[in-house]
Amino acid sequence: MNERTFIVSREDWSLHRKGYQDQARHQQRVREAIKQNLPDLVTEENIIMSDGKQIIKVPIRSLDEFRFVYNFNKKKHVGQGDGDSQVGDVLGTDSSSQGQAKGKQAGDQAGADIIEAEISIEDLENLLFDELELPNLQQKDKEEVEVTDIRFNDIRKKGIMSNIDKKRTILENLRRNALTGKPGIHHISPDDLRYKTWEEIIKPQSSAVIIAMMDTSGSMGSFEKYCARSFFFWMTRFLRKQYEKVELVFIAHHTEAKEVTEDEFFTRGESGGTICSSAYVKALEIIDTRYPPSSYNIYPFHFSDGDNLTSDNDRCVKLIGQILKKANMFGYGEVNQYNRSSTLMSAYRNIQLPNFMHYVIKEKGEVYRALKHFFKKQPGGSRT
Amino acid sequence: MSANNMQELEYAIDEITEIAEGFGLDFYPMRYEICPADIIYTFGAYGMPTRFSHWSFGKTFHKMKMQYDFGLSKIYELVINSNPCYAFLLEGNSLIQNKLIVAHVLAHCDFFKNNARFSATNRNMVDSMSVTAERVNQYEMEYGTQAVESFIDAVLGIQEHIDPNVIKPRNLDKERYMEAKLRELREAQPSEPGRYDDLWELDKRSQASKSSKFSLHDMANRPFPPEPEKDIIWFIQQFSPVLEDWQRDIMSMLRDEMLYFWPQIETKIMNEGWASYWHQRIIRELDLTSEETVEYAKLNSSVVQPSRHSLNPYYLGIKLFEDIEKRWDEPTKEEQERYGRQPGQGRAKIFEVRELESDQSFLRNYLTKKLTEELDLYIFEKKGPEWKITDKSWENIRDQLVYSRVNGGFPYITVEDGDYQRSGELYLVHQYEAVELDLKYVERTMPYVYTLWGKPVHVETTVDDKQVLFTYDGKKVSRKFI
Repeated sequence: MNERTFIVSREDWSLHRKGYQDQARHQQRVREAIKQNLPDLVTEENIIMSDGKQIIKVPIRSLDEFRFVYNFNKKKHVGQGDGDSQVGDVLGTDSSSQGQAKGKQAGDQAGADIIEAEISIEDLENLLFDELELPNLQQKDKEEVEVTDIRFNDIRKKGIMSNIDKKRTILENLRRNALTGKPGIHHISPDDLRYKTWEEIIKPQSSAVIIAMMDTSGSMGSFEKYCARSFFFWMTRFLRKQYEKVELVFIAHHTEAKEVTEDEFFTRGESGGTICSSAYVKALEIIDTRYPPSSYNIYPFHFSDGDNLTSDNDRCVKLIGQILKKANMFGYGEVNQYNRSSTLMSAYRNIQLPNFMHYVIKEKGEVYRALKHFFKKQPGGSRT
Repeated sequence: MSANNMQELEYAIDEITEIAEGFGLDFYPMRYEICPADIIYTFGAYGMPTRFSHWSFGKTFHKMKMQYDFGLSKIYELVINSNPCYAFLLEGNSLIQNKLIVAHVLAHCDFFKNNARFSATNRNMVDSMSVTAERVNQYEMEYGTQAVESFIDAVLGIQEHIDPNVIKPRNLDKERYMEAKLRELREAQPSEPGRYDDLWELDKRSQASKSSKFSLHDMANRPFPPEPEKDIIWFIQQFSPVLEDWQRDIMSMLRDEMLYFWPQIETKIMNEGWASYWHQRIIRELDLTSEETVEYAKLNSSVVQPSRHSLNPYYLGIKLFEDIEKRWDEPTKEEQERYGRQPGQGRAKIFEVRELESDQSFLRNYLTKKLTEELDLYIFEKKGPEWKITDKSWENIRDQLVYSRVNGGFPYITVEDGDYQRSGELYLVHQYEAVELDLKYVERTMPYVYTLWGKPVHVETTVDDKQVLFTYDGKKVSRKFI
């Protein structure tokens, strides 16, 4: 055997974490990028339409490693066949370059400029809801919104015999005996006894109802509906985080209002004029019959494109006042992408009620701002 | 791996090493290290175990590791160009797998040690990179992780734009650089008359037309740089008006790392072909049981199998080496008469090739019509939504392969003017050769260059046969035809 010119070794690599550390840093950057893109992501179709999928793909535009590269699609490449390739053979078709002109530069470099990052809906929610807060909760009577619960979380020397903490009692006994020089468990004295004791905790009462109202008259197009849908999607999820039980009521209206299912709410369109007060009357009726304000937090939200029968405006304003006596807040969202002056807004602009909020959405990205507007964090953290 | 297995492996390595030496392979002392998968993949992503930390490596690592976890790909080994040479073997490799890998790795090491392109590489790069990593880390503590990270983002954006052929002077100020450069131009010796004078003549003519406007002594009117500068990283690092010392330091360290990796980029096909050629020859010398033979055959074929849409460098490389060996072992009558080629020179010839060539010259000099047809190579392009075979003529295929290896496969971009419009702006020119840049990427890369240069940046390139100038002024990118 000649002289060894090699060494074989096997070390402990368990502390070599560099790959994972930088992977974590990359993921952190993905999260930052997602956070910056929240306005776009809020209306991202594959989220809104995800039907409860846990992991979703979202387009992130800022995490590629950019450099000077050739345009792959305009380049010649050399490939290899299995022996019978001919000029003119089609190797494959590029589906991403057909149709779906998504983004401004799509024709230029299909698909490659958008990096998809995977994120769970929960993470996205956390990012988003971090910036939101339920408004006006403190205005309700405490006893009505709160329930008390008890939790054992303290140990004391006095207490009820049924709450005795055996383990800690024995530990005390061991310690005392060890101190006196006779180790072991014996002679348990009243001094050794330890009791669990509880604390009363206050939880906000756990039901809320969203009364989603939307104008389904002819003037509401798919863009308007999509914005409303995105908004309701996130609002529902947000409220579900805050309350154990969130119920949804959908009221579609044109000249008259009807309670409908979620599907119908978002898909059906009708023709004809618009009388918004009909929806408010319906909302009041539903509140009165099914959701007593004493046990529900009520969040009526109305989405419309702003069209209304002018003579109906006064009635609407009055009804909003009535609803607000029972509801936590009233939100009015107007989807108005061409910035027209709308009849409804001209009336609502003058409402001076503290819990009435309105927001005009002109483009998709503003759904996010609407959410932030309706659920903005109160300065000084007035949450209880 | 038990002590028993370890001993078996050592016996096998000993035997393989002896066979390899018998074949004339010439390698550095070897250090084999058996590592778990995540470590191998870390090294794969970073290119070197000791490299500095950056999120982009983490991204690559994550992607590679995921493919491994899903069973889509497997790295069996990783070998580092260093003396002694480090080879990392995947824990859980079977003995026969390791035999193949060891043979493969020895040939890689022989290539590192003997190929001309590698002659100037730093064989202590493992340590150098670890020093770099430490320094980057220190800068992070001193100047903030965020600042260092985003600076490195910018440098990595143009990291391929170095000039691997020339050793660059360090710490020259602009005046001394200009002086040196001009002296170089002035004192260029007229060469002996030779076969290629007509070609050199072209070079001179183009230079003359440029410099006729300026006298060689008139420095103030000379463009800066006097000749287009390919090493953008070096140029910026030397002459950027805005960089701080730590930033220049990082740039020069990253440039050294790129210089170290460059020969590997330039010899991918050869290097893999050479290693595959030898692992096959060496394993043939071993006594294998029938199970081992089957397992070996499986792994070997998974390494060298052809793939349809991209060219497997292992496969192309090994086929070329085998073809060269055959052509020099059994030269045709014509070759014997015209070139005086003696039969039986195959082995000697491939050793010569592994020493002298890089992928470009390897393909240009040795890819033949016959081999192109045998391998059924073709050129394909995107026509509308379809990828179509557009050409099967062997010369075009060979040329296309050579083009694709020019400058390591990266666009060739030079600094044309470091004082554009007399206001210190940076003017870069893409040397367009029928392949367009990805414009989206140009627009997103320019802000990086701006970060480094601190003043507006221009990139001249060709789009749809028209010359276009991209300008980034610190706020937005604009483009205009020129």
